[in-house]
Order: sequence, then structure tokens, then C-alpha cells
Amino acid sequence: MTTPTTFARNQWYVAAYGREIGRELFARTICGEPIVFYRTEAGEAVALADRCVHRRYPLSESRLDGDRIVCGYHGFTYDTAGSCVFVPGQTRIPRTARVPSYPLVEQDSFVWVWIGDRDKADPAAVPRAPWLADPAYTTVSGMEPLAARYELLVDNLLDLSHETYLHGGYIGTPEVANTPITTEVDEEKEIIYVSRHMADAECPSFYAKSTGIEGRITRWQDIEYHPPCLYLLHSRIAPVGVLPNDDGTDPDGFHVEVVYAITPETEHSTHDFWAVARDFALDDEGVSAFLAESNRTVVLQDVTALNILEQVIQSEPEGYQELSINIDTGGLAARRFLKRMVERGQQPAERPAAVRS
Amino acid sequence: MSARVAMLHGDTVFRIHWVLGTDRLVGVCHCGAEHESEEPVELWDWLLAHPEGHDTRPGEPAPPPERALAGV
Repeated sequence: MTTPTTFARNQWYVAAYGREIGRELFARTICGEPIVFYRTEAGEAVALADRCVHRRYPLSESRLDGDRIVCGYHGFTYDTAGSCVFVPGQTRIPRTARVPSYPLVEQDSFVWVWIGDRDKADPAAVPRAPWLADPAYTTVSGMEPLAARYELLVDNLLDLSHETYLHGGYIGTPEVANTPITTEVDEEKEIIYVSRHMADAECPSFYAKSTGIEGRITRWQDIEYHPPCLYLLHSRIAPVGVLPNDDGTDPDGFHVEVVYAITPETEHSTHDFWAVARDFALDDEGVSAFLAESNRTVVLQDVTALNILEQVIQSEPEGYQELSINIDTGGLAARRFLKRMVERGQQPAERPAAVRS
Repeated sequence: MSARVAMLHGDTVFRIHWVLGTDRLVGVCHCGAEHESEEPVELWDWLLAHPEGHDTRPGEPAPPPERALAGV
């Protein structure tokens, strides 16, 4: 299989929400690799290459027999590890009759798969979004297909000043574009953190309705990006002047954890997973419905814009000219990390990230 | 907010602060050297060139984290 060079291999990617995977065969392409998912009768999630070894028929168009997939074309039958246990009309099963299985971790409501060399998969390296499965938070979530390369979504999410223009009236207010930011980059852990702390800001309707705060707010937005896939936006809302206590507790602040998983589907399309977890109004279904509708609207505004941008970029020659300004400081760091990860994933033997000292 | 934010605390953290009310960026290397620019590309180039052109001096201790990272 030829892997496009724009993907970072030897990385964990969110493939689905756990709720999407059941006893029906479920197909999704991750980093150009078609994968079929299902749960065993015991409830364990399984990920196999979605092509029968015989004539490439999609296993997702087949059926389950207990914990085994029976190919819908000629009946080749595979176990949960991808080993063929039955071929039609003969007793000998060819040694090469197996499909690749993918290392898989279910964590924080997500199903993560490892794209790359199996022996390099470390489940402990899956980045965390603990709020999504924390009873102290209520979460709404979804996934929108994006007809654009994943790099455009990374650019988009690393610079929230676009909220003022693309999402005005929802989450954007003038202060978002006019507040200085601090960008921090951990070269060794490969984390990018972009802090934007607004001391006195207008309260956008997205938060006014959900928190009940009237008047202006102290608004913090802290981006924590674990490239390539997991993006966290720690959002803190409080009446103006209300800050966390010195000991770190923050009983008077409202916290919203916005989580995106940026998973390449193909070179020109992306799975845009989004989730919004809050630590207030936990049982208020009206707030849940409002946050879900609002965030989905915002995501779709991004999808519309990025789909247009993808078409423009595809129509232009390589090496098109761009201009980067102060708001792009974090996005530039993300691009550098992604480039490094793509290059590292292409090397036969993985080495630790080089850090100049 | 004019106080410098520091949320990451590894040994190899680069920081770029946008100076309040200006177009200036201040880059702070993990070695403590600082450099000012109005061009993020130029500033990243300077940071990543460490130690070349970095007048290293003892850095001030970073403030305590305001919240824990989600972790990896």
C-alpha cells in the first residue's frame, strides 16, 4: 500500500466515538487506510483492514458470524486478529490469508487506532481528554466530514482570531481578535499551548445563554494541541475580575472543555470530531441542546470556509505565496511539528525527536 | 493581561509573547535569551537557531502552572 506523504504515520488517531461501534460492521477510512470496525460479543472493539485478502471486497459490506467476519463475496472468514480461519471449497488455508489488524484503544469516549508499524504502538502514549468521560462534566459531541486536507483545520483551530470574523455572533467578539496571545512550544513533548486571557470582554451569546452570566466577563482561552490529532481548548468564563483561587480551585468560574480530534481521511478530506464538555448546568437539557446546536453551527461555518479553501489551494500551483502575521505564531509551530512527524513516520527506524540544546 | 503567561514547564520550551498594545513579539528561548520581532517567521527562525545568536543568561523561574495539562 502506498501511503501518501502528507500523513504522520506511527501516531494514534481518533477513528470514532465508542458509541458508533457496535455489532454492525462500520467502515471508516483513516489516513488513507480503509478500516472496518465492530464489537465482539463480549463488547471489545476490533479494527481490521477493510479489504478481503482474496479479491479486495470490502469486509464492511459483509456480515458477522459471532466474532468473525464472513466476507460477503466468497466467504473468506476472519477472526478478531485478522487471521483467515476459513476459505471456501478447500481445507488448506494459505499462510498469507490474513488482513492487518489495527492496535486500538478506547479512552475518553473515543476509539483510537494506531496508524503505522504495529510494534511501535504504545497505548500509554494516547493523549487524554478526560472530561469527555467524567461524570462531573456533561458533554455534547459530533463529527462533521470536511472536504479539505487536515492541515487547514489545524491552521484554523490554532488561530482563534478567526472567531471574530467567521463566527461573529456565536463565539466571536471583538476582544478575541484584539487580545495578545502567548504561544508556548515544548520541543521534547511536542505540545503547543496558545493562551489568550481576556480580562474584560463582551460575553458572546454562546456563553451568556449557557452560564446565565449577565454583563462583561473575564474570558480565558487556552489551546493545548497534541499533534497530530488531539486539540483541546480550555475555556474559562467568569464575571469580570473573578479569578481562580491561589490554590488552583476555581469555584466561581465556568469551565468549558472544547475537544477536537483532527483525523485525516484522505489527502483531501478530514474527519472533524468535536465535543463540548461543561462543568455547570449538568442536567439542563436546554443548555445541552443549545451548546450542541451552537457548536455544530460553528463547526459547519469552518467546514464551509475550509472546503472553499481546499478547492482554491488545489487549483493553484505548488509553492503558492502566503503571509504570516502575529496571529499565526502558534499555527507556524504546528506546521513545523507536523512536518517533523510526517518525516519521522517515513523513516524505517523511529528516533526520538531531535532537540537542539 | 500584561503578566507573562507560562503554562508549559519542560526543559525545552520556547515562548513567544505578544506585547500588549503593540505589534511586537518577544521570543524567549529555553536558554533564557530573548529576541524581539514583528515577524513570527523571523522570530521562530531565531528561536530554532539556538544556540546561534543567543546571548544566554540565567532565566527567571517560571511562575507555577495555573492548571494541570491534560497529559499524554
